[in-house]
Amino acid sequence: MDLINLSAHELNGFIKSKEVSVLDIAQDYAQRIESVDEKINAFITFDKNVFFSKAKEIDAYIRSGNEIFDFTGIPVAIKDNICTKGVRTTCASRILSSYISVYDATVIKKLNAQHFLMVGKANMDEFAMGSSNENSSFGAVRNPWNLDYVPGGSSGGPAASVAASEVPCSLGSDTGGSIRQPASLCGVVGMKPTYGRVSRYGLIAFASSLDQIGPFTRDIKDCAALLEAISGYDEFDSTSINTNVPRYKSFLNSDIKGMKVGIPKELMVKEIDLQVKESVENVLKMLEKSGAIVEEISLPSLEYALSVYYIIAPSEASSNLSRYDGVRYGYRNMDARTLREMYKKTRAEGFGPEVKRRIMIGTYCLSAGYYDAYYDKAQKVRTLIINDFKNAFSTYDVLISPTSPTTAFKIGDKVDDPLRMYLSDICTIPVNLAGIPAISLPAGISKTGLPIGVQVIGDLLREDNVLKIASAIESDVKWKIKPQI
Amino acid sequence: MENKTADLNNKYETVIGLETHVELSTETKMFCGCKLSFGEKPNTYTCPVCLGHPGSLPVVNKKAIESAVKIALALNCSISEHSIFHRKNYFYPDMPKNYQISQYDLPVGVGGYIDINMGNYVRKVKITRVHVEEDTGKLIHIGSTGRISEADYSIVDFNRAGTPLIEIVTDPDIKSPEEAKQYMITLRNTLLMLNVSDCSMEEGSIRSDANVSVKLTTTDKLGTRTEIKNLNSFKFLQKGLEYEVERQIDVLESGREVLQQTRHYDNKTQTTKVLRQKEEAHDYRYFPDPDLVPMKILPDWINEIKSALPELPGAREKRYKNSLGLSDYDSAFMANDFEISSYFEETLKHHNNAKSVCNWIMGDFSAFINKNQVTLKESKISPENLADLVKMIDRQEINSKIAKSVFEEMYDSGESPQEIILKKGLKQISDTGELEAIINEVILKNPDAVSQYKSGKVKAIGFLVGRIMAKTQGKANPQIVNEIIVKKLS
Repeated sequence: MDLINLSAHELNGFIKSKEVSVLDIAQDYAQRIESVDEKINAFITFDKNVFFSKAKEIDAYIRSGNEIFDFTGIPVAIKDNICTKGVRTTCASRILSSYISVYDATVIKKLNAQHFLMVGKANMDEFAMGSSNENSSFGAVRNPWNLDYVPGGSSGGPAASVAASEVPCSLGSDTGGSIRQPASLCGVVGMKPTYGRVSRYGLIAFASSLDQIGPFTRDIKDCAALLEAISGYDEFDSTSINTNVPRYKSFLNSDIKGMKVGIPKELMVKEIDLQVKESVENVLKMLEKSGAIVEEISLPSLEYALSVYYIIAPSEASSNLSRYDGVRYGYRNMDARTLREMYKKTRAEGFGPEVKRRIMIGTYCLSAGYYDAYYDKAQKVRTLIINDFKNAFSTYDVLISPTSPTTAFKIGDKVDDPLRMYLSDICTIPVNLAGIPAISLPAGISKTGLPIGVQVIGDLLREDNVLKIASAIESDVKWKIKPQI
Repeated sequence: MENKTADLNNKYETVIGLETHVELSTETKMFCGCKLSFGEKPNTYTCPVCLGHPGSLPVVNKKAIESAVKIALALNCSISEHSIFHRKNYFYPDMPKNYQISQYDLPVGVGGYIDINMGNYVRKVKITRVHVEEDTGKLIHIGSTGRISEADYSIVDFNRAGTPLIEIVTDPDIKSPEEAKQYMITLRNTLLMLNVSDCSMEEGSIRSDANVSVKLTTTDKLGTRTEIKNLNSFKFLQKGLEYEVERQIDVLESGREVLQQTRHYDNKTQTTKVLRQKEEAHDYRYFPDPDLVPMKILPDWINEIKSALPELPGAREKRYKNSLGLSDYDSAFMANDFEISSYFEETLKHHNNAKSVCNWIMGDFSAFINKNQVTLKESKISPENLADLVKMIDRQEINSKIAKSVFEEMYDSGESPQEIILKKGLKQISDTGELEAIINEVILKNPDAVSQYKSGKVKAIGFLVGRIMAKTQGKANPQIVNEIIVKKLS
């Protein structure tokens, strides 16, 4: 059986019917990782022995007649900014290169309760800052569809590992598009839930008011299942929402007749690649054919989203990252002779250039005399963006746009031009600012053989609508080709 | 010299504002479930949250907010229904996150006041704000001087990190070091009555920084202020401020300018020294903590807390005066020190003679504890025992002279007055049969005094009574003795 090309729910079926053991699955995936990850570099930490002994443990659990949940024995890769007890969590940064967390993030606890099979810790842009996964102190991740191309970022490892069949699914985090953009560039499904739907406890913070953990999968059904598994109120996260978790799987294959789809013209910007535009338009035609009502709309304040984001996110980051000082854990420069020198050298040597750039931008924006003009103003514009979405959702069930203006770009292409790099997230950033849910799923393949993604955006806590539309799109455009590595 | 000082004191006015930090005595820390500790093994009362580990998040301790609301209400503040936490960003090794979660423009309480009884006048000190924050860890610098700049290395204990702190800031309404000290005493007693903090000065549970400046009496324009740190006792607070006021006047008198500085009070030299200049002031880059949602402090909850507030010193003083009939001075003395007041209240529960109990506490008891340098609470006399002693005097079971010696014995042994009286046979003799025998004997042995009395010298009876008291070691009930003698000699 070709286990590595099955989805999580298919694997789940075979585990339940006892046709395969978890160890069988682990062995096949380990073999796949060993044969391709040298090229992809999706993993920062993968320990085959730990992986196998965990698989055996789960097999024993199953043999004792215990309940088999959706993710019992399912291999899942975890982005390396999600804390895992006893397994190092590096954030792809030198400053945490040997940091081992003393606790499990809430999402890990939830998956552990289902006896999932953690594969390893997936590569990413350092502290989740980047759109190409080139900012990793553990080396760039390569796009499985073309190894000269980036997988997107910051969750490049989680996306590429799913695309390269190293895992059936993974967890990433999304602050400005860090799940959806790499999902788009790697041709997989990636979802950012409503802010507060999934606990952030144990997610190493980049920008606290924007960060959200979400799933990468091969199909919408797995996406719904994994979202269901990790969602829910957490008393350890004050920003988590205290409402019941719907049965997300139940919304798949729904009739979408009469559902209203808005196309924000501000997200169909001039920077959008022609092929990407065509793919999205094809998706819209198909939705109309299925009975959905598609209309172009305007959300004027989205024009400012990128500017607002690059004030709020670095501001929060500058404060969130100040704890990395060499005093309690992580990298410390041992030659420093004074406290100040230790701080300076530790941070100068521990952080990469993009992280430093954002710490400086954020520190500046929060400084006395600049706060009102930058941070405070940005918060006000953020409110306008939230209101624009609120207005749109009073009429429309979902909004649709490209996920990324382009397909994957070449490694090294944009590293020296941060502003061009930042434009990669122009369609995804407004969603984080508004705290609403959105998914990216495959919409086509470019002439050069690179995946194209489409983004479906829903109102607060309306993941159901997002999944309904995504499921309809998937049934139409799902392609059978796989990347050849 | 005396005159010169007096002249200068008339020429200048002192302006003081205080910032007081109070450690709350909640069960757990401000943003995590760790228990509060003091003097435990370093770094044992910690968790990922209070150690600032990556990925950990704060959750507000509701009990701490309740205490903050109590304090704000007791200080006559209005409570902000919408209150938020900010991050105060600065690097220091005792700060696990390198930012402190504190409050900035929306604190729990604003715009209050507290009346400070200065004996011959009352100073109303306005309270600018009452806000909640978290405490830092503790640094120990290993090296000859104990200062960070000269240390070989430093070690840090995070047990205290995350302890709930309340900051209480006054307007610049305090006009002298004495008023500052009295403010601290009154504030501390108020907090003790509220039962929100142990307010231990030695353990640093309550500590103040002072902003102080002097200005010419003839102008409204405030002078340049300095901030004084390390004023860790009532005495240091007063001494430190006295030194600083004098220093600032000297600077101005010599034609120089007072510089805006942060200064450190050194108790050894009783002087203040520069810690940092204004230019070195931090930019804390305050912004709302995105990990915490805005707090809604609802009117129902505020009213609930308000109705459960205990009687505060001001109200207590009035009650002592109006209901218990104590003098102004006595009322203030009994109401304005938490320990004395608690002792007084407890004693009254057992014997309701306020004036008498008050006299004992202010008189003999105070003299004893002052002499032995202990506190009321530390003394061996329980409120119940003191009540019993006063009760026995009121019932004329012992006279005041014996009471004093019983009190001494109580103070030394901690025994109850009943035990002591029984053990030493000090119970007053009121049995007329027993007394008559003694009186007869004294009359027989002192014919001179008897004849003097009979010839009209009424005073001679005092001599006879004295003889009887001596014979009974003071235990005879003097009133009954008097009655019997008069009857026998008439």
